[in-house]
Amino acid sequence: MAESDNIVVETAEKIFADLADPQTINNDKTNSWQAPLWQALSEAGLPLSWVPDDLGGSGASLADGFALLNAAGRFAVAVPLAETMLAGWLLAQAKMASPEGEMTVVPASPKDRISLDADGALSGRARGVPFAKTAKHFAVLAHGKDGVSIALIDAAKARVEAGLNVGYDHSDTVTLDKVQPITIKSAPKGFEQTHLMLMGGVARSLQIAGALESMLDISVRYSNERVAFEKKISKFQAVQHNLARLAGESAAALAAATSAADAIANATSFNDEIYLEAASAKIRCAEAAEKGGGIAHQVHGAIGFTMEHILHRYSLRALAWRDDFGSESYWAVELGKLVANRGADELWPLVASR
Amino acid sequence: MTAALRFDPIRLPEKCEQLRKEVRAFLAEEIAAGTFDPHKPNREDTDAPEFSHRVGAKGWLGMTWPKKYGGQERSFLERYVVTEEMRVANAPTRRFFVADRQSGPVLLKYAPEHIKMEILPRICRGEICFAIGMSEPNSGSDLFAAKTRATKTDGGYLINGTKIWTSSAHIADYMIAIFRTSPPTKENRRHGLTQFLVKMKQPGIKVNPIGQITGQYEFNEVVFTDHFIPDDHVLGEVDGAWKQATSELAYERSGPERFLETYYVLTELVRAVGPDPDTRSAEGIGRLVAQLHTMRRMSVSVAGMLEAGKEPVVEASIVKDIGTIWEQQLPHRVRDLAAFVEETATNRETLERQLDFAIKTAPKLTIQGGTTEVLRGIIARGLGLR
Repeated sequence: MAESDNIVVETAEKIFADLADPQTINNDKTNSWQAPLWQALSEAGLPLSWVPDDLGGSGASLADGFALLNAAGRFAVAVPLAETMLAGWLLAQAKMASPEGEMTVVPASPKDRISLDADGALSGRARGVPFAKTAKHFAVLAHGKDGVSIALIDAAKARVEAGLNVGYDHSDTVTLDKVQPITIKSAPKGFEQTHLMLMGGVARSLQIAGALESMLDISVRYSNERVAFEKKISKFQAVQHNLARLAGESAAALAAATSAADAIANATSFNDEIYLEAASAKIRCAEAAEKGGGIAHQVHGAIGFTMEHILHRYSLRALAWRDDFGSESYWAVELGKLVANRGADELWPLVASR
Repeated sequence: MTAALRFDPIRLPEKCEQLRKEVRAFLAEEIAAGTFDPHKPNREDTDAPEFSHRVGAKGWLGMTWPKKYGGQERSFLERYVVTEEMRVANAPTRRFFVADRQSGPVLLKYAPEHIKMEILPRICRGEICFAIGMSEPNSGSDLFAAKTRATKTDGGYLINGTKIWTSSAHIADYMIAIFRTSPPTKENRRHGLTQFLVKMKQPGIKVNPIGQITGQYEFNEVVFTDHFIPDDHVLGEVDGAWKQATSELAYERSGPERFLETYYVLTELVRAVGPDPDTRSAEGIGRLVAQLHTMRRMSVSVAGMLEAGKEPVVEASIVKDIGTIWEQQLPHRVRDLAAFVEETATNRETLERQLDFAIKTAPKLTIQGGTTEVLRGIIARGLGLR
């Protein structure tokens, strides 16, 4: 997915370039850049890209929203853009309007469950919820005796234990104890928590792919500037081959993530084909975050290990994003079960169907 | 951005799916008739001339070429489907694969009209086999160090020297080879090589099979002693082969054959673990399938870009780099995962026999058709590092 393929991405990239320049925000210890950035994104209608006009959003296509997430990954911005987009998308599944301001989704892991009791109150614990601490509202997927419901709740009604992920972004534990939602509706027939996790996983995959594109870019640039043993380190074959491998990891992540995004954008239901695409994207992108990020650090040497340098903004976030909405290990087990269950002779037809 | 790699999510068009059904039905018939066993990639004799004729009769050879040369003027994406289905079925494609993928397109671009009219329709009918004469005993990856001489004589050239690692030379009817027509110049060490069409099974050519560590005999030494090649068999510019070599590489590097060569062991592993695998097996299979799916999506994306007339040289090299490493590691990963497969698994023997062969095959995958090191050099150049 190249830059500036569409107006949504163009708008976002202009905002990121103006208000979230990596070096500038990296130098800003007080995070004073976050509020103006969020305001600009909100004014452009980007956090509610996936919410239809009549539900208070800007009604962008799924494809445009995915491209936006890829761009957000290239800038590794530490604001809840992906989270608010996912929350808006989840609420829209039940034709519920989105409020203004930051949101996140609960739960954010396939293993956590929120339950809906007979009084219409929500209870349960969700770990690793991104940006729960700064969100004003949560979009909640809950299981009740009549199936899956989608609810909007006031974040102040939940207990939030703050935590930080590997990338220094909020990843919090949310506990709901008989919380009365602002609004609640049944999810559409057939909608499951797995679908939210696959959607979240693809969002994270696109962000990882974007971060890897940037890591490749800054690593290539650095290798063409840094001199050692009296020549640019880009002239050393060992460095060249490392960067070629990083390009391969970046390319694989981009291909897997954009393929899954395209698949979901054009799908009518979450079938085995979508499962293959989305789970594969999360698995492959997570593996690329480890391998590719490792190479980017190796090329940079000690300078890349400093807080002053921007590399960690991408490398650590890419690693942290592996954990959200199901880790690669989780999805590998699930995908492996699906493949085994379909049977050996149905593997190739599944792969070839994409 | 210094490096804008593109892997657009290209999908195969609807007409490909009809074609896929036809190819699967055809292969099922061939398997039923005993032409080949899809579970046995380790055949001793990989040549199948009759099968080759039948594939040609289906219109699946040279299918992207102009109709006047026997082609079907179909798309590269349709050819992609035929190639991947043949590969996954372990069909015996040796006799026609090189001609269809590589030699035909070179002839289309550089051969004189009468040679195109003579040879291309025969490739399309599956009648003739091609080899590629690149490597020599002292020049492999360093293609432009080739020394085999083509000396100008009346009406043509006399060839003297040796090509080596030449796949299928023992059954080939033709070879497309590069020979030295002039010494390299100071300014350009790649200067002085010329591409030729060589008719095999002629005086002055001796083919010596070389045993491979798999137990097969697929590649050869080819010795030329005053072998005569007529002038009209020069392909392209005399001394200028280096200008012709690069543009075709994208086709050669990014196809499904670059990650599916050992695929069969994954199918057998899934069969061996059964419908309800333990966590270890499930995770292992899941990771392998995620890689496979990603490789294929990258490969299809490059095929789509080629179809659209682009030249994704760097992207194609990336596909071959990571695709061949994946297919090289695959038998070892499958072996790991199969370590605790029940002794009673019905296909245990098949899996073990396949692993034996795939593990022996693995080392060549990152060498043939451009080593990993060469590919990474090309990628590095594309990134602006050299």
